[in-house]
Amino acid sequence: MDRHGPLSDDGLVTLLDRHGERLADPDWEPYVEHLTAEDLRGFWRDMTMTRAFDMEATSLQRQGELGLWVPALGQEAAQIGSGRAIREPDYVFPSYREHGVAFTRGVDLPQILTLFRGLEHGSWDPAAHSFHLYTLVIGAHSLHATGYAMAMDRDGLVASGNPDADGAVVCYYGDGATSQGDVNEAHIFAAVNDAPIVFFVQNNQFAISEPTTRQAKVPLARRADGVGIPSVRVDGNDVLASYAVTQWALKHARSGAGPVLIEAFTYRMGAHTTSDDPTRYRTRADEEHWAQRDPIARLEAYLLKHGELSDEFRAEVEAEAKALGKRTREAVKSWERPPLLTMFDHVYAEPHQQVEAERAWFDRYQRSFTDEGAHA
Amino acid sequence: MPTFETFRMPDAGEGLTEADIVTWHVAVGDTVEVNQPLLEVETAKSLVELPCPFDGVVTELLAQVGDTVEVGADIARFDVDPAGEAAPGADPTATDAAPAAPAPDSANHSGADARASSVAEPATAGVSSADPVRAVEEPAGAQAPAPAQAPADEGSGSVLVGYGVKAGAAHRRPRKSDALEPIGGEGDSDYPVLAKPPVRKLAKELGVDLTTVTPSGPGGLVTREDVESASKAHSPRELALYPGDDQPWLAQGTMTRDGRATRVPVKSVRKRTAEAMVSSAFTAPHVTVFLTVDVTETMNLVARLKADREFADVRVTPLLIVAKALLLAVRRHPEVNASWDEERQEIVYKHYVNLGIAASTPRGLMVPNIKDAHRMPLHDLAERLQDLTVAAREGRTTPAALQDGTITITNVGPLGIDTGTPILNPGESAILAFGAIRQQPWVHEGEIQVRWVTQLALSMDHRLVDGELGARVLADVGRVMNDPAQGLVWA
Repeated sequence: MDRHGPLSDDGLVTLLDRHGERLADPDWEPYVEHLTAEDLRGFWRDMTMTRAFDMEATSLQRQGELGLWVPALGQEAAQIGSGRAIREPDYVFPSYREHGVAFTRGVDLPQILTLFRGLEHGSWDPAAHSFHLYTLVIGAHSLHATGYAMAMDRDGLVASGNPDADGAVVCYYGDGATSQGDVNEAHIFAAVNDAPIVFFVQNNQFAISEPTTRQAKVPLARRADGVGIPSVRVDGNDVLASYAVTQWALKHARSGAGPVLIEAFTYRMGAHTTSDDPTRYRTRADEEHWAQRDPIARLEAYLLKHGELSDEFRAEVEAEAKALGKRTREAVKSWERPPLLTMFDHVYAEPHQQVEAERAWFDRYQRSFTDEGAHA
Repeated sequence: MPTFETFRMPDAGEGLTEADIVTWHVAVGDTVEVNQPLLEVETAKSLVELPCPFDGVVTELLAQVGDTVEVGADIARFDVDPAGEAAPGADPTATDAAPAAPAPDSANHSGADARASSVAEPATAGVSSADPVRAVEEPAGAQAPAPAQAPADEGSGSVLVGYGVKAGAAHRRPRKSDALEPIGGEGDSDYPVLAKPPVRKLAKELGVDLTTVTPSGPGGLVTREDVESASKAHSPRELALYPGDDQPWLAQGTMTRDGRATRVPVKSVRKRTAEAMVSSAFTAPHVTVFLTVDVTETMNLVARLKADREFADVRVTPLLIVAKALLLAVRRHPEVNASWDEERQEIVYKHYVNLGIAASTPRGLMVPNIKDAHRMPLHDLAERLQDLTVAAREGRTTPAALQDGTITITNVGPLGIDTGTPILNPGESAILAFGAIRQQPWVHEGEIQVRWVTQLALSMDHRLVDGELGARVLADVGRVMNDPAQGLVWA
């Protein structure tokens, strides 16, 4: 492997290796030493629940119940680890694959699917969960996130003197987004304004089918060097390390010291979305290599080795995961298609003349399709 | 009283309109549960496994392997409450399924049912009155009494082997008007046909040409009923029988009105094969050279390798040796392993060999290739050849295996054929036909002896491969086949 390329393991923070062995790292130990066995079991549960939901959603798409699905398979550790480091009044801007982070923010997972069934643009209250709606345009939300972070600063939510009351923004995107103009502009704005924001890049190695090696000549974290943002690379399949580096990054940002970029090096075990066929752009050997690095199996191995994962607890979580799958399926099937006119409802916060004109036109157009004679 | 649910062909990609059925993993009568593998379909994008959406028992499979099915068409039905006692339609999920079921008389359906009525197909008329789904859904779905006599009259049989009567779910593509007689009266093509958008949509879906429909609406407006009755009058029969025969010998198709022929829509692999052959045969000028060669030493080598413990885990065949011989010939004449880029007016010389093997598969003719075959020692090549053959035979060939071939072998020998003039796989410049190996009288070391003899034929794209180059390549393949030790000299 190229020691300097985007796939190198140069500087990757790892606290739990792929066999579930705990590695000592004095730099990062302070950020995880308070975690109890129960906390770790909680991480395991979070990842298991997220995956169960993910698999169910994939099946629902294959059964024609969803227009599209974006599996997060394999990225659970990066998402749960970082998500569990977030607390009020932090605020999250997800991309569209952050189902694990949504779970840690208390979003009821089936709600995510109204978007993928083509019913709504998002159905949870972002303010109630400090978790913004999904953004499908690659990287577009990085600018909104940076602006939000600058506003938090102006609102006195940063470096207030009471570290427990301070907050920061976490903005998630993928390796492909780092090639976008918006993301690079966001980096620059965040850097020069010392905005309290953590850019969390899940490098799952493929922008749909385009490998990271076609997007960068250096590890993605080093993109931050050029704009003066401190960065860290972490083993994104290690939930402990992902938690540790996010703890550190948030502490840094909340203290008023400015932005941080985290590159979580991981692997998307599934397709980019249900619309593509990954066997066309990557090898079986590659998939098998990463199957050995499954983030859930890794934590499971660690817990089992230390006798901290009882059969009862596993059975309990498995039952809970199964119930979540069932509830997801039932929810999806119960949703009514909303009247088409509702699409005009939330374009602007306040009444808007042009939108009203469009709504009226669409209403008339829609009525022209009603064939009274044929449907009598 | 059972409760039925219908599974419709989903859009497994994004914006796909149809998919081919590749394999059913279940059969009628099987007890199934949610998310167990149900069937495999091939879309324009990939092979996709569809998981089962219901717990219950499979009551009908409405599309067969090989069918091209439109997204939204019914493909399977399930009894989701085989032991239940729910009254027909009482269960909310049962009414949920109703819109997808064949509408007995779609003209009587409400606007909410527009989807069902618009997909109702001529074949609906062929539903047997004994069809349990129909029996359940009529009271729930139809708002007006359905003409109960119609199904019994028209359900005259034409049952396809193994699948029972089709309930109008597997869509046939709209047929070209020349396939069957025109519907309805003569239309005046100069005068625009008046019909509302939903009716136009329905006509399009049923394959009815609006200009041929006699309008009954006010001001010459074509109504929904007009389109439906035109479509029904046109109802084709699905048959493929010889007189006196009661076993259909074609799995699908539509018999012509006079009963003297059956027309089968060209689709799936057959369609792609035809397109590939036409594009290859009429863009690349083909020239073929032939060579008859004594392959007794190859046969001896095959026998020795079969006995070799290192090769105990793979099948050793003469095809393996001819593959290796071709790889050696390509190595000596790499210019043959190339393709013509018409658009850019360039010849693309490949620095790798993805060796295609033409294979007859359950899904039709395919040419999967062995990636980077030029790098493989003989044992690896044997292994990959075996994997490729098994996958092809079982219909598991992946789309990736079909892409980016650079040169191909077609093994016509097992059929007892001496040779042929093969058509190039599109994008390649040479294809080698390997004929039957027979014992024949042959002059060997000055005497007539009984030797193993075969014929080789090499077709090439004459735009970039000259006759001399093709001849040299074929001669090299022949030399290795004649004396495999030559491989040591060239390797």
